[in-house]
Amino acid sequence: MPGRRRRRSLAWLGVLPFFAYTTLFLILPSAQVMIGAFKGEAGGYTFGNIVDIVQTPNIRHAYRQSIEISLVTALAGGLLGLLIAYAAIREGTPRWIRSAFTTFSGVAANFGGIPLAFAFIATLGTVGIVTQFLTNVFGIDIYANGFSLFTKTGVELAYLYFQIPLMFLVIAPAVDGLRTEWREASANLGSSSFQYWWHIGLPVLFPSLLGAVILLFGNAFAAYATAYGLTASGLNLVPILIGADLRGNVYANPHEGQALAFGMFAVLAGMMLLYVPLQRRASRWAR
Amino acid sequence: MEEYQEQEYEFLRRLEEEKVGRKTLLKRGLVAGAGLTVMSLSPAALASRKKALADPPTIGRLAKLSDIVAAAKKEGKLNTIALPPDWANYGEIMSTFQAKYGIKITNDNPNGSSSEENAAIVALKGDPRAPDVVDVNPTFAVDGATKSLYAKYYTTNFRKVPRAMKDGRGFWVGDYWGAVSIGVSKSTVSNVPKTFADLLKPEYKGKVALNGSPLTSGSGRAGVVAAAIANGGSLGNTAPGIDWFAKLKAAGNWVPVPATPQTVASGQTPIVIDWDYLNLAYTKEFPSVKWVTNIPVDGVYGAHYAQAVNADAPHPWAARLWQEFLYSDQGQLLFLKGFSHPALFTDMVARKVVPNALIKALPDASLYAKVRFQSVKQGNDTKTVIKEQWPAKMGS
Repeated sequence: MPGRRRRRSLAWLGVLPFFAYTTLFLILPSAQVMIGAFKGEAGGYTFGNIVDIVQTPNIRHAYRQSIEISLVTALAGGLLGLLIAYAAIREGTPRWIRSAFTTFSGVAANFGGIPLAFAFIATLGTVGIVTQFLTNVFGIDIYANGFSLFTKTGVELAYLYFQIPLMFLVIAPAVDGLRTEWREASANLGSSSFQYWWHIGLPVLFPSLLGAVILLFGNAFAAYATAYGLTASGLNLVPILIGADLRGNVYANPHEGQALAFGMFAVLAGMMLLYVPLQRRASRWAR
Repeated sequence: MEEYQEQEYEFLRRLEEEKVGRKTLLKRGLVAGAGLTVMSLSPAALASRKKALADPPTIGRLAKLSDIVAAAKKEGKLNTIALPPDWANYGEIMSTFQAKYGIKITNDNPNGSSSEENAAIVALKGDPRAPDVVDVNPTFAVDGATKSLYAKYYTTNFRKVPRAMKDGRGFWVGDYWGAVSIGVSKSTVSNVPKTFADLLKPEYKGKVALNGSPLTSGSGRAGVVAAAIANGGSLGNTAPGIDWFAKLKAAGNWVPVPATPQTVASGQTPIVIDWDYLNLAYTKEFPSVKWVTNIPVDGVYGAHYAQAVNADAPHPWAARLWQEFLYSDQGQLLFLKGFSHPALFTDMVARKVVPNALIKALPDASLYAKVRFQSVKQGNDTKTVIKEQWPAKMGS
């Protein structure tokens, strides 16, 4: 049938921009990083960059730290985002609350970098509005009590500002999928709220939760400007080391930077390897 | 200082000798060239002579400025890169150049770094958007010259630039320098610290910042070298500087947040170790924070930036005109107006062309007399030490 054939070729054309785009902006740059990671400063191929990464204590420490911050903000952001999404979507919450949350999350999830760092400095820095308010009105000097925005905790706090809204956006459709009837049915059969969540709610949500947390992990893992804006080099993170390698005024070592990025690929690939079997097991309900 | 001046005289003498030699050579070359041309009036020879005339010059002194201006105007454009308008008065320098010659400047990536400047020359080779000129850290200038990224160009005033600030082969030449200073907000800090030793006092808890990480920022790196000099190190031994910062951190005085105009204005960074020209500019920009700038007598250290012309500049004549403009009295005084010391500062003071008001705006000249620059090797050693030790001792 000629008509059918034409339609098929048009469909193929439709995805062409997508593949062209991913080739130009995802596949080619990644390939360049992967190849560059194995090139030496003087040209030629080498495993030296990778060996350096594994052997340098600073760099190992930076990976540990990056993974820790990403895990903490992905789990905390995931939990809070889920609770907020459930509260905003559940039966009985006025409709406008949900749309207000969605709009706000769309903005906040994309707020990051230097502007976010400065927004936090202006609120929770040593002379920030909130810090001053707490000191002047309640007599609580948070900095005297061990808090500092310019530490790992501070950076995690700033990351949560975009992690929670992102979780909200990603998990909302899944929470939407929890039918009221299921809850009613389980209540009719005499189950408690805990039992409902343990046996029905969470198992249904689990595949989406898992995917969302992985997304949040990657989101925090790759963040650079926010951490730099808050702590410069006071916090040892992989993206900050890459930044120093690639865009420094002090030294330039692009191949080490690429090797560090390759290491980040490896960490994310490791996450995916954990994710796939877990996802398969978890999504048996969806079959 | 004496030793340094002696080297300078020695260099000028040699350059003078060289000039004579070059002139004689040039004459001989012309005669020989003419003879050759007469003997073989081939179209190829003619074309090559024409091309030689059309090529932009290597030695500014031997070219006519009016020729450079005319050719640059014909190009009509100049691509610069990584020139922040609020840094060393670059905003006014660029607007003055544009108004004077009617050449439009496109300043790409204003907050870029030296590494990005050199990378842009490589990445945009043959592209009309490639930077014509760069302003880079000396270590990157050396690196760029080694990688043949720059064209040789001796500006007309090349001879007058202090020897420690230029490349003898003409690939780059220092344009301005600054010294490490301590800027303090008097509206927050009542007892102004003036030295590195002062900064360790408990009254400055949570107040002392750098311009940026010494891993990425030239100014942050300079803070480490100055701190080293103040604490038993030297230009060639900068590890004590990192140890000093570790002490500052242990005392709780260090704020890791990189100082920006915003953090200075808001009071988040009431004490900033930074270039004198940046600290001095804050005084005028933010009167409410009452910013005062001191050169720490225990750690006097300075560094310069370097101008270079892209070897494949899309606007080679405009690039050379930019160099001539920067090293003219007008360009140099504009740098001074931005509180940096222009390369020809001493020369201009001797010729009495510097307005008193500009000199008075700077800290006392005697403080600057002790300023020393690092050699290329010392600079590279510092780089290695910072890369190895800073993340370990300062990164939590």
